[in-house]
Order: sequence, then C-alpha cells, then structure tokens
Amino acid sequence: MIPSSFEYHRPASLDEAVSLLQEHGEDASLLAGGHSLLPAMKLRLSAPEHLVDIGRIDELREIRTEGDGVVIGAGATHHDVESSSAVAAGAPLLAQAAAVIGDVQVRNAGTVGGSLAHADPAADYPAAVLASEGSVEVVGPGGARSIAAADFFVELFATALQPGEIVTAVRVPAPGAGTGTAYLKFPHPASRFAVCGCAAAVTVSGGACSGARVAFNGIASAAFRDTGVEAALAGAALDEASVKAAVAGAAEGQELLGDSFAGEDYRRQLARVYARRAVLAAAAAA
Amino acid sequence: MTNLVGQSVKRVEDKRFITGKGRYVDDMVLPNMTYASVVRSDVAHANIRGIDTGEASRAPGVVAVLTGAEMEADGINGLPCGWQVDFKNGDTMKEPAHPALAVGKVRHVGDAVAVVVAETREQAADAVELVEVDYEELPAVVDVVAATQDGAPQLFDDVPNNIPFDWELGDKEAADAGIAAADHVTTLEFRNQRLIPNAIEPRAAIGDYDDSRDHYTLYTTSQNPHVIRLLMSAFVMGIPEHKVRVVSPDVGGGFGSKIFHYAEEVIVTWASRRLGRPVKWTAQRSESFVTDAHGRDHATKAEMGFDADGRITALRVDTHANLGAYLSTFAPCVPTYLYGTLLQGLYTSPAVHVNVTAAFTTTVPVDALRGAGRPEATYVLERLLDQAAHELGQDPAELRRRNLIPPFDGSESQPGYETQVALVYDSGNYGAPLDKVLEMVDYPALRKEQEEARAGGRDLGIGFSTYIEACGIAPSAVVGALGARAGLYESASVRVQPTGKVTVFVGSHSHGQGHDTTFSQLVADQLGIPMDDVEIVHGDTDQVPFGMGTYGSRSLAVGGVAITKSIDKIKEKGATIAAHLLEASADDLEYAGGQWTVRGTDSSIGFGDVALTAYVPHNYPEGLEPGLEFSSFYDPANFTFPFGAHIAVVEVDTETGVVKLVRYAACDDVGNVVNPMIVDGQVHGGVTHGIGQALMEGAIYDEDGQLINGSYMDYALPRADELPRFETDRTVTPCPHNPLGVKGAGETGTIGATPAVVNAVIDALWPLGVRNLEMPLTPQRVWQAIQSANGS
Repeated sequence: MIPSSFEYHRPASLDEAVSLLQEHGEDASLLAGGHSLLPAMKLRLSAPEHLVDIGRIDELREIRTEGDGVVIGAGATHHDVESSSAVAAGAPLLAQAAAVIGDVQVRNAGTVGGSLAHADPAADYPAAVLASEGSVEVVGPGGARSIAAADFFVELFATALQPGEIVTAVRVPAPGAGTGTAYLKFPHPASRFAVCGCAAAVTVSGGACSGARVAFNGIASAAFRDTGVEAALAGAALDEASVKAAVAGAAEGQELLGDSFAGEDYRRQLARVYARRAVLAAAAAA
Repeated sequence: MTNLVGQSVKRVEDKRFITGKGRYVDDMVLPNMTYASVVRSDVAHANIRGIDTGEASRAPGVVAVLTGAEMEADGINGLPCGWQVDFKNGDTMKEPAHPALAVGKVRHVGDAVAVVVAETREQAADAVELVEVDYEELPAVVDVVAATQDGAPQLFDDVPNNIPFDWELGDKEAADAGIAAADHVTTLEFRNQRLIPNAIEPRAAIGDYDDSRDHYTLYTTSQNPHVIRLLMSAFVMGIPEHKVRVVSPDVGGGFGSKIFHYAEEVIVTWASRRLGRPVKWTAQRSESFVTDAHGRDHATKAEMGFDADGRITALRVDTHANLGAYLSTFAPCVPTYLYGTLLQGLYTSPAVHVNVTAAFTTTVPVDALRGAGRPEATYVLERLLDQAAHELGQDPAELRRRNLIPPFDGSESQPGYETQVALVYDSGNYGAPLDKVLEMVDYPALRKEQEEARAGGRDLGIGFSTYIEACGIAPSAVVGALGARAGLYESASVRVQPTGKVTVFVGSHSHGQGHDTTFSQLVADQLGIPMDDVEIVHGDTDQVPFGMGTYGSRSLAVGGVAITKSIDKIKEKGATIAAHLLEASADDLEYAGGQWTVRGTDSSIGFGDVALTAYVPHNYPEGLEPGLEFSSFYDPANFTFPFGAHIAVVEVDTETGVVKLVRYAACDDVGNVVNPMIVDGQVHGGVTHGIGQALMEGAIYDEDGQLINGSYMDYALPRADELPRFETDRTVTPCPHNPLGVKGAGETGTIGATPAVVNAVIDALWPLGVRNLEMPLTPQRVWQAIQSANGS
C-alpha cells in the first residue's frame, strides 16, 4: 500500500522526458496513467528511484486521422480511444478493445501507450493492434522509429522497446472496404483482465470470407496473430458451422498459459469459442 | 403520530457515510502518535532460528522494533479461545498457545513475527523490509483431511494428528438404522470451501496508554468492544478491566471477521505502554487476506435416506473442519454447535447424526463468517434434497413439502418443535414461504419455460433451498452448557434527558446494519416521541455500560429487547411522576402518543414535562428518586429461528461453462419487521454473499501453504452488474418468546442462496450427466464437468 520513496519528475516535453530517462537509466520508470506501475510499487514489487511523469505532455494525447488511418497518441486514455469518432471510423478494433478495459475509473486514467509498453499478456489492446496490422511509434536517444505490431510484443511483459525509448503513438491503417471488426473478451471475474480476448477483422465478399485477421491476447505469454485460423477462414462461408470448422484449430501450436482459474485446455477451448464468436460478429458488422 | 415500526424509514446514518464524514479508526490521529507495521511470515510453517532487528531499528524514524521474545518477557499471554468443545471421549479440548507475536515458530503465511514502530507510516513500511528473519522451513499442510493423517506435518507437539477436538451429535444407532432401512439413499461428498471475509474497511487499531492514570485506550475495528476489553485485559495482558477503554467507532463491515480478538489489538496496546506514545496499525488489504479470520472450509460426506413415499428416514453426516493454524476466538463452536444443531433443517427427519473432526492446518485461522456453521449445514441438507429429487424423479419443491415440519406458533397449545439435534424451534410455518416463493416465480410457468429453453438448446436450471437458521446466540445458560465461556445476553441503557430527549446506549454494535435507524424507530414508537429526539450510542465501553456485541443476527432480537425493557422501566417510573402531577392513580393512566392521560378524561401530561419534573423534582412523588434513566440486561429464553425459501434460475453456457444467474427469488420469514427497507438490504447483501460462495469465491492455497489468490486481481467477489434484480418477499411468523416478535435478518440471504444457486446449476446440467460440482462453480470447473459427463 505504501511505495518506497522516489523522486518525481514532470518533463514538459518529450525531449526532456527522453533525456531524463537517459540520465537515470535503469533507476527510472515512466509514469503515464499509473494503472500498472503504481499497484506494483504499492506492493513493492517495483521500486524505481525516479518516476518520469509523461502523463501531462499534451502532444502525446492527440488523436488524428492521417491518410486512411488513425494515429493515437500514447497518452490518450482508454476513454479517449473508446469515445473518439476518428478511432471509431479508422481503428474500430481499438475502440472496441478500449471499451471493455477495466471500469470507468480505469478507462479515465489508463493510457494506450502505457498499456502497450507494459505488455501485460492479459491486456486488451495487443490483439486489436495486431489484427489491425498497426504499428507502434517510439522515440529514444537514437531518434524516432516505428515498430510493426507483429514485432512489438515479444514475451510476458517484454516488448521490442530499447532502453530509454518511449512509446509516442500507435498508428493503425483503416480497415478496408467490406471489412468488419469485433473484439470479444472473456474477463477474469476478479481483475476483469482478459482470460481470452479475440480480435477479428473479417472482409466479406459475396457472402464468403475473402480475408481475415484474427489475433488473441490473454491466452499466451504474448499476444499473437493466429495465421492458421486466418488461412482456414480464407474463402470460407460465414455461417456458424463453417466458421466453427475454420476456427477448430485456434491457438494450435501455441504454448498457452495456465493457472488455477483457467488451465491450458480451458484456454484453448475459450480460443475456439471466442474466435468463432468474434469472426461471426465481425462478419455481421462488415 | 404514525407508527414508525414497520416503515421503511431512510437510514439516519447514511448522511455521514455518504458525505465522507464517518469516523473510522484510521481517521483518528492522536497527538504524538506513532505507526506500527507488522513483520509477517512469508512461509507457512517454520522454526524461527533468529530475528535480526538491528538494521531496522537504525532506520530513519524508527522508534522501536519489538518481537515475541520481548512480549513474552513482559508477561503477555497468548490470544484466548472463547469456546470449549471437548473430545467425544471426554478429553479436554487441546488449546495450544496463540502468541500475538510468534515465539519459536510460525504456522501460517501472515503470522505476526515482529512489529516496527516508527514516526510515520511510510518509515514503518520501509523498516519492516529490513527485519531479517531466519526461518528453518517445515513442511506445510493445508488440506484438513490430509492434516489428520498419520505422518502429516504437526503444527503443535502436543496436538497429535493436529486434532484439538472431535465432536458428535444425534443418535448414531438410529441414523445408521434409518439409512439401512431406507428405500433410497442419496450420498454426496463435497467441500464447503474456505472464504475470505473482505470487509470493505481493513482492520485497524490504536493503542493509547496514559501512564499518569495507568489507563489504556484501544480504538479498534470491532463488532464487540466489551468482549475485546474483557479478553485483552483479563486473559492476555493481565491489566485491570476498569483501566481499559475500548472504542469501536464507525466500522466498515465485519461479516463476523471483526468479532475476534486479534494479535494487533494486543500489539498496539502493549507497544504503547512500552513506548509511552499512541501506536496505530492499519491493515493493508494484502494483510487482510492473510490475517482476518477466514470462514467455512469443511470436507463433508453426507447421506440421506428416504422411504418409498419420499419421506426422510435419516441423515448421516461426517465432516472435517479446517481450523487453520490456531484456535480463533469462537472457532470451536462454528463447526459444532452452530452447524450440527441445524442439520435437521425444517424437516421431520426422525434420525440425525453428525460426526465432526476439527484440525489445525498451516493456514489462516478459521472462525465465524456470516452465517457461521448454518450455511454449511443448510448446504448439506439442501444439496441432498435437490439431488434426491433428481434421483427419485420427483419435483424438488414437492419432495421438500412432504418432509416439512407442520406449522406451530410456539404458544402453549402449539409448543416449540424439538429436533433430533438439541434445539427447540420457536415457531414455524415452513410451508408458507415455500408456497409464496413458488407463486412469486409462477413455478409451473417457469418449468415450462425451462422445457422450451432446453428444446431450443439453452441450458436453464432451477434450484431450491428451504432453510432454517438459529439467531440471537443465546440464552446464556444454554450456550454455557455447550462450552461458551461467555454469557450471551445483551444490555441497553436508556437515558431521558431533562428536556425529554433520549439517549440510548446499546451493547450491540452497528457496522453496516443501520442500528441508528432501527433502534430509533423502536424507541420513538415505544415512547411516542419523534425519531429526531432519539440518539443511539454504541461502540464505546466508557459510554455503554456493557454489551456482548453484534453477530448471529442478534442485535434486534436480543439487543432490541434489552432496549424495550429499559423503555418499559422509563414508562413505569414516568407514570408514577405523571400520576403525581395529575393527582391521579398511576393505574388510571394510559400512555399513548407521548402523553399520559387519565383514562376517560382530557387530563394529561406530556413525556417532556414528566422528564423535566424527574430532573427538577420540586413537585414530586414522595420517596421517588429523581432522574429518568434505566439499564437492562436481556437474556432470552431461546434462540430465534428465521426460515425461508429461495429459488435461483440460471442459464449455463455449456461451451464456456459460464453460469449466468437469470433470476433470484427469496421469501424469508424473520418474524416481525421494524424496517422493511433495511431487511431487504440485508437480504440483498446476504444473497449476494451466498451467490459469491456458489460461483466465485474461495481461498486457494498451494501445497507450500501460500495463498495464491490473496488480492482483488485474483479473488473474485460478486458485483452488481453480474446479478439479476432480486425478487424478495416475506411471510411473518412472530417469535413467541421475545416481546418484539422478531427473529433476526442479517444472515438469511447468505444461508439460503448458496445451495439454491448450486442446485440450479446441477438442475441445468443434470440432463447432460453432471451430478456434482465443487464450489465455487467457476467456468472452467463447470466446463470440465460437462466434458467429463460427455465422456471426453
């Protein structure tokens, strides 16, 4: 409940934040919405000596349409994402994922960048960003770069971010014409984190699936695209039985997480059920 | 003036709670106060080789670091147990020492090892991490059945097989014969899982020793401050009771977990005496998980026999009860006298026998939790009844009805019902709530809806529970004979101020129940004065003469009657004064609407004038003492026995195992009702608690004795958005042996709900071949049961 003492910094700009991180190295942690870091500090699982608060840098909170896609500033709260018309139009999966994160209080404080950088396997954005074929914009001592979502989520709480790098935005291309999306989640009854979350983007042409992107979070140590399911869906009819058959191999070949609430077999079952439901919902929205 | 009793008067305490003006222990800041943080064992079972406090005591702001050795040297005893249950063979209960700070050994994760006292809370938290405890780890044992086996890890040298007592009740021969002669026997084996109480306010305590008066004040989050004062002064610290004041101000929920005398109450009081400064401790939520006494944790095998007509022939129950690492204050009575005595339920079972083996394990101590023994008993009975109905192909409501005890009102011509397990029920009309709840849900239509749902591929289930419970936890002579080391009466003192305003000092304690409102309604009605003229005071041993506290749904049935007795004395004395002033005989007066009137005349005098006269006795009855204030103790003639019938309707998603509660209907009979809104609130909260046990809650220990779901990230509690609108109603069968006719309403929901919900899920899945499920019915468990039933 009571964190160890720390020094608090509130940089006014991204550049200042980058140099503070450089200065304090491993002793510093970035603070944005504080919804992952602060609980860990209160339990003393984490005890950074310096907190660099980037939660009030306005440039990080911007959401804008760019080309046919959307760029969501890392400091946008889940509520910003959930309620933005630009996101609803250009990155509907992210809006759908944001809407089912935690509760109202959490959504008003937690940020998209914080969630992505934390890479909790049970977070809701990763599957949405993967199925949207988005990318993560970062800035660091070596300048700015863009990391494709497929390369970003590496392991449990581990990403492709280098030391000193800060997530600045997530960039999401618009879903193509005739594409519907859905993010469905089986929440843990206590934490309401995803035990299984499935994001689906399904393109429908002539009543059949002409292309699908399906990604999961919650079930494995990192979020992943299920290319097996995507291949099986290509060209499939979009009725209940055909989709059920196409997703029968959901999460196949993946090592799944297991705990007392949901073991590996059960998560595999959830993957099948949620893939079917998400694909059908996405197809219905196309 | 309209009658207040029976009205849903809005809670007068809510203004301060809703506006954040409640005063809780952690809100209190005393001059020169220090802060304690407790070093807790992170291993389940170990010998303590050494404790190095050096670095911690040199840390910034640290005032002292104290250990069990110092506490022992100061002559502080262990925490006492307030109930004695001896072995079946007559041997005395084994009662190993329970030191407030561990001496030599730790026996559960969370066991207190040392305390750091510092100038600030933060400094105390920092320094706790610097205390080095050298543990020699010993094997843990968390399962109650495993703990009793030969070769299991032993918690105490002098408690073989970890069994401090065993117990039985009922006629074993008759039960054996009844089972043997039965046409059908339903058998179930299950766990009634361990629950964590989760009061919204974590426990807190401030010790404040004043050496100039040799006086101790303890502020603590307790449901029964007088009991804590008695236990701590006389049994633990050996300090004079009249030099100790215990204050329990606003307390944010208890569910039983704040009945018990806890280590931290002793630690802060003792530390304050040593340091000459107030010492405050406030639990972190993670500490609450591993220090608040847990509830339930039974492993049970139960068999119920039926004759060819579906009448119960006998019930035979064998239970292992997990006590955790030490005997908590009332632990021994929960799996015995509050459990076995309820195993007849509201049925005419001719033979009942229960055998209980209690055992220590390297887990948090287990004690009373909302319902305390009665939910466990009701779960046994009601699961068996629904299971039998399925096995016999009968309707569960009909099977119950066939076995119900016929109505009786407890009058001389219809005396109490004597059970096979030591109780005499007060009054009952057990079929009434069953009939009513069936009407509430339109049972035939509901069954039809179920059939149609099944035909459409939806797995709908309907579950029943008809329960009886025992409230009040009294009378003293009876509980004394059963091993209680305390009397269980209640006390209340009513002080009429000179202006006719009334202050009522009650020994019960409100920590969510709304006593300020309910008691004010009662007093205002009885005196015929406005509710605003009544103030209720509780939770301070210096203000309230005495009290046994609040638990077992006893505050109104026992405490409310103590108030009534004092009011009667006020009215009697008031009548004497009024008669004098009116120049009439007291026998000719009647009291109504706050006025004494000479019968048949318009000559009258008001309550306020009489009160003033009592304090300004210029014109006053000769020989009568001035003042208008009375105390009373009320020791009831019997327990009270609320009862009711609940129906749960669920839909199971067989693909994921998710149980959705679609409907919940409860018809309870709690006797007369003072405030229907408050009773409804108790039912809603209790039902929710019971649903939590059925579907979500449960402490999970790994084999090393670590509590692996000790946080709100993992320990699931029910939330409003997961619950249907509860349909509640009541029947009224007044209690015959108390003047208010009330029975108690704090626990009925918890007792009724758990089996109703589990029965509903079994009903939904019976056609799929599922026959039993362990609580909580998590999605994975339900899914796995369906898979196994499918043979896959």
